[in-house]
Amino acid sequence: MSVDTLPKTAAPEAGNMSRLAFRMRDYGIVAALVIIVIALSVSTDTFLTSGNLVNLLDQTAVIGLLATGATICIISGVFDLTASATLALSAIIGVQVGRVTDVYVGMLAAVVAGALLGFVTGTVVVRSGVNSFVGTLATSMVYRGLAVMVTGGAIVYPLTASAETFGMLTWPSLFGLTSATIMFVVVVAILAVVVSRTTFGRRLYAVGGNAEAARLSGIRVGSIHVTAFMISGVCSALAGLILASRAGSAQSTMASGMELTAIAAAVVGGTSILGGEGAVWRALVGALLLTLIGNGFNLLGWDTIYQQVLQGLLILFAVTMDRWLRKRTR
Amino acid sequence: MSSQKAPSIAVRGVGKSYSGVSVLHDIDLDIAPGEVHGLVGENGAGKSTLLKILGGAIKADAGGLSFDGEQVTVGSPRDAIKHGISLISQEGALVPALSVLDNVFLARWSHRGGLVSARADRKRLAGLIETTGFTVDPDARVDGLPIGVQQQVEILRSLARGARVIAMDEPTAVLAEHEKENLLALIRTLAAGGTTIILVSHFLEEVLSVADRITVLRDGALIRTLTAGETSPRELVGHMVGREIDVLYPDPQPVPDGAPVVLAARGLRRGLVNGVDLEVRAGEILGIAGLVGSGRTETLRLLFGADRATDGVVEVDGVTLAQHSPRTAMAAGVALVPESRKEQGLVMQRSVAENVALSSLSGRRTGPFVKRPAEKTAVGEIAKSVDIRAADPEAPIETLSGGNQQKALFAKWLLRKPKVLLIDEPTRGVDVAAKTQIHHLITGLAADGMAVVCVSSEIEELLALSHRVLVLRHGEPVGEYPRGTSPEVVIAAAFGSHEGEPR
Repeated sequence: MSVDTLPKTAAPEAGNMSRLAFRMRDYGIVAALVIIVIALSVSTDTFLTSGNLVNLLDQTAVIGLLATGATICIISGVFDLTASATLALSAIIGVQVGRVTDVYVGMLAAVVAGALLGFVTGTVVVRSGVNSFVGTLATSMVYRGLAVMVTGGAIVYPLTASAETFGMLTWPSLFGLTSATIMFVVVVAILAVVVSRTTFGRRLYAVGGNAEAARLSGIRVGSIHVTAFMISGVCSALAGLILASRAGSAQSTMASGMELTAIAAAVVGGTSILGGEGAVWRALVGALLLTLIGNGFNLLGWDTIYQQVLQGLLILFAVTMDRWLRKRTR
Repeated sequence: MSSQKAPSIAVRGVGKSYSGVSVLHDIDLDIAPGEVHGLVGENGAGKSTLLKILGGAIKADAGGLSFDGEQVTVGSPRDAIKHGISLISQEGALVPALSVLDNVFLARWSHRGGLVSARADRKRLAGLIETTGFTVDPDARVDGLPIGVQQQVEILRSLARGARVIAMDEPTAVLAEHEKENLLALIRTLAAGGTTIILVSHFLEEVLSVADRITVLRDGALIRTLTAGETSPRELVGHMVGREIDVLYPDPQPVPDGAPVVLAARGLRRGLVNGVDLEVRAGEILGIAGLVGSGRTETLRLLFGADRATDGVVEVDGVTLAQHSPRTAMAAGVALVPESRKEQGLVMQRSVAENVALSSLSGRRTGPFVKRPAEKTAVGEIAKSVDIRAADPEAPIETLSGGNQQKALFAKWLLRKPKVLLIDEPTRGVDVAAKTQIHHLITGLAADGMAVVCVSSEIEELLALSHRVLVLRHGEPVGEYPRGTSPEVVIAAAFGSHEGEPR
């Protein structure tokens, strides 16, 4: 945001220099994404085919939704390690409710379940005052356990009659993209606006940047955190629906460990784990980058054994660059 | 203190810049062994940068240092320690969860065959405590100690490392009056024992009273080095700002007769605060004085609801604040400029505008959305009226100088047009020019009818700004003094009858 009514005093070239460094820190990751896209377009015939691009975006949807939830939590200064457990539990609830009512009600139930689980997670963290990392780690075990209890450890399916409808998120939709992709893009766009344009968004950054200053400015720090967890819960539930819709089933071990990939994507996108900084579009960029690497390995026919190593190195590189640029600009 | 003699220090052509902006250039400075050398200048003049270069905390881009005529490289704090230089920075560098003993000998514990020998350290510490005359419990955890004692721990550590040159950045900024006196006395003792002291401070009287020579920096350049006995605060300030400026405090306007009582507190209690009553009328500035630990800050926090009083009431316009919290206090028209900008006041990584707008977001919105044009106008106006100078308004507020940060903090609350303004340390860590601006701002707000309660460790500032000064001791009011009372009287009241006794 800009306030050019403020008097400016520093020498203009000094301002430009630091502005350039800020820009590099802000958009370096976008440059990296563009470079990989160009490299893959040049080195393979298959990358720039509409089939591959549709597929790529579809693959990004799940991790992108989770990364968006993770980013919003991280901006507000908390981690949500319940993401994948919430994903599994709400997907299971969605399938089960769908069996006794109909598919659409089931999907709605999954989203409501995601929000409620987020509310519970947030309340536990805020009320107990436990560090969110530990608090959500414990809560996630409870959620996974509940998922096992609800399913008896078995895979749950929608009724055979509604199995086809249940797969609706895999159907092609606008511009040939899958419904899952469309849903993902819409949700991310809404959340990007919420975070960057609303008073809630402003409070989110303030709470993550300095919780005490926010409290002394009259902000209810606890309710901001609970809301962040609820948003993350809804993102998880939507990601769960995509996975279940693809597989035609849900189970208690779904997406296990994916909460860490989501945090990694958030960080690769350039959101600082210290809180108070970051943006929703960064989650999208981070998720795309991680997915692109997998896609590139496939297209180039490289041994996927090395894929994880490369992803890990990329995360290290992203965080190191961020720290380095931060040091230079300060 | 140390058996070895301190070296003579020669700084030659030292410079430093950040992202192309030069913060220090071409500094030539000689410091004699055993000298107390003061470094003064406005915020951003380069004092701390020069100190950090000497202490190895940052590297200079240009120039070099030599000790006793020998070129040395001080590339890290480790190098500095090796050369006998110890830096005591503003932020402090203690490990909060460790004991005094462990902190003093941090990373230099006596050991035998890899096992730390606490007994040997204990003996060394006892010796150091005796030489300095401190009263410190070696086994206390440092995070439980008052800030003044924490600083003593840092000094003990410097001595334990055999420092022959101790560089201190604003050591007295956080200290109460009597602690300052003790520190200055210690500086004299250390210097008499042959230790070189380099002292950065905003308090010119202090520097003049303790230093042998004083160097003035302005905009990263060395302006002049003066002999302390031959200069005056006025001359120093003149060099600091490049012109002779009026260091006088503005006089507050008299409180109009019959001005209503806006803020009243009765029997406030919690922790340190033990039964505080006060009343402030519209247009009045009430100063609160007291030693560190007297409950000054705590009283302000109770008035704002930052902590909830266990006993007593706070009334605004005669209405008791029920469910007292920052939110209810703000709704009643109360604002608090807190003690620490960094910890309690500002969200350092966010922009100036975002910080200024933070406490009045609900006043400028359409549904859930921030009205950005309205915000831009409001922030622009208030920033102009308090004179916030930002090179890049989109840059994080942490890139601003202390004075501009403090003005932004005032702006944030003034946007709410409060009836009552509570101010804790209005000018801490702020340069001379900004300080005067803030003084004028405060008296101006009172003249417009705001009720102001102000806490400050600078007794002259408090006496000059306030209509009345309330003195607290051990959390209780022990006296109230009108304008024109001499600082000595107020300080004596703050100490009570046990003057000079350590707390």
